Amino acid sequence: MKSIVCVKVTPKVEQIKFDEARKTVTREGVENEINDADKNALEMALQLKERHGGTVVVLSMGPPSFESHLKLAIAMGADDAILLSDRSFGGADTYATSRVLAAAIKRMAPYDVVLCGEASADGSTEQTPPSIAEWLQVPGIMYANSIELQGNRVLAKKSIAGGYETVEAETPLLASVELGCNSPRFPDFRRKRWAEKEFKLTVWNMQDLGFSPTEVGLGGSLTEVKELRNMSSRKRRGELIGGDSKEVAARLGQIIRSVGG
Amino acid sequence: MPDTRRSAASDGSIFVFLEQTDGIMEEVSLEVLGEARRLADRQGVSVTGMVLGENVGGLAKDAASRGADVVLVGESPLLKDFATEAYLKVMLPNIRDRRPDAVLMGATRNGTALAAGLAVRIGAGLMAHVIDLEIESGTGVLLGSVPGFGGSIVAVCKCKGRPQMATVRPGIFKPLPANGSNPGVIESVPVDLRSEDVKCRIMQRSVRRSEDISRAERMVIAGLGCKDNLSLPRRLAEALGAGFGVSRPLADKGLAPKDLVVGSTGYSINAKLAVVIGVSGAAHFVSGIRDAETVIAINSDSSALIFNHADYCAKGDLFKIVPELIAAVEASGAKGA
Repeated sequence: MKSIVCVKVTPKVEQIKFDEARKTVTREGVENEINDADKNALEMALQLKERHGGTVVVLSMGPPSFESHLKLAIAMGADDAILLSDRSFGGADTYATSRVLAAAIKRMAPYDVVLCGEASADGSTEQTPPSIAEWLQVPGIMYANSIELQGNRVLAKKSIAGGYETVEAETPLLASVELGCNSPRFPDFRRKRWAEKEFKLTVWNMQDLGFSPTEVGLGGSLTEVKELRNMSSRKRRGELIGGDSKEVAARLGQIIRSVGG
Repeated sequence: MPDTRRSAASDGSIFVFLEQTDGIMEEVSLEVLGEARRLADRQGVSVTGMVLGENVGGLAKDAASRGADVVLVGESPLLKDFATEAYLKVMLPNIRDRRPDAVLMGATRNGTALAAGLAVRIGAGLMAHVIDLEIESGTGVLLGSVPGFGGSIVAVCKCKGRPQMATVRPGIFKPLPANGSNPGVIESVPVDLRSEDVKCRIMQRSVRRSEDISRAERMVIAGLGCKDNLSLPRRLAEALGAGFGVSRPLADKGLAPKDLVVGSTGYSINAKLAVVIGVSGAAHFVSGIRDAETVIAINSDSSALIFNHADYCAKGDLFKIVPELIAAVEASGAKGA
């Protein structure tokens, strides 16, 4: 079987700073990493490979500097990695992003499952996985936390509000994988060395996928950002409650009574 | 004037997808409907709701009295449970024929999947999980405030072309009260579905209707500092008559259901009082308690970031403070006070 795992390289959210004067996000000095939920998707794909054989291909869109992150995915056990890299891809919203990813996935066909993380840590729209499923015209199972494969039949357990559902669908399909549903493995030391020294990443640009600049990136996006605003935390009192446990508890009890709620 | 801002492909109206689960309307759908009404009144346009399911006529009637001029109803046993592809198939011709100016729905898991599929199918821009909607002066374009980067930064977005689409975060807007004198029009729409249109078949479902923590008046929220033992914070919640929530890592460890997660990957709370126990205070968590009126933080780690986001900071052994607090609350009968 062939699994394609879409991974996004995202900035560490806690390191992002908002530049109040320019109303922009400062990314300088901010570390990038593979999005957490995408690591869960990769782990799920690697476990499927262990049970059913086949290959796992990692797919990402971004600048050439993302190569090192994709090599990390190779060191974790992925067989191949493809980076969609072209200046024209920049500034894409979920519509343009999912369109490019879907075109690359079609080029990689046939495949059995496409796995994505349920959301990215930076944008958190959760829109890209169902959008890709729509471009591909394949069933989409969102927020899956386990997948069982029997031939071309898939049984997936997915989280829903208040519980879970087990759903059945046929391959090829796309599933978004729930954050934290498994423990992503560490990169294998020997594979890491091999990935760094010998592995050759495949890079596809806009022409490889047959797009024009009006169809991708900023030009192909159907939403635009008018301005960025800082959601500064609400000003809090920050009053320290001192004393031993009994005194602290008594004071907290008073506060609770006074604020009501 | 409204007419000048509309493209030829739009009739100016606002279309709202009304989501039901097991025959119960999702609260957020009524919230979105109320906000659509407010926006529509400003623009002098109409609001169309759409409800899909089986035996959902009663829900349509309710929606019609809470802000929709027209409610479209699609009924079929194949629509009883949410199924993206089948729902899309029924919605598409109605959206194409009516050419609404905007399509809105709740940012539930199903709503997000449906909106994303619809946006691709009709080539529409889609703003995700908006926490505010406004009309841009001069152009009449819909502006959506989209939170990102763990909820710390908001992008004010707009769509190119029509229809404009947005999913709306639950708990942001207030639903309109039912208005019996304004019943609206209910229209049945044709449903042409076959069983193969449901591509993901539900084999088993386990649902426990949990409390909607985004609407609780009081909340107790537990974090990793509580270790694996949530009985203390749960007991405090009970003593206070409060809702119970957790930070994401506790749910990831399987110690609490995902519906109880507070933060940017879970729910935002609107409580008057939030008692936050053993939570470190990462940005994605803090965004979930931004709207709480008063925050009390109890943490054994005196350098925890949560203390920068609390009104009252109890720096000390939570395993000693919380039992004393439970006793104090029980003694004073603060429950429901």
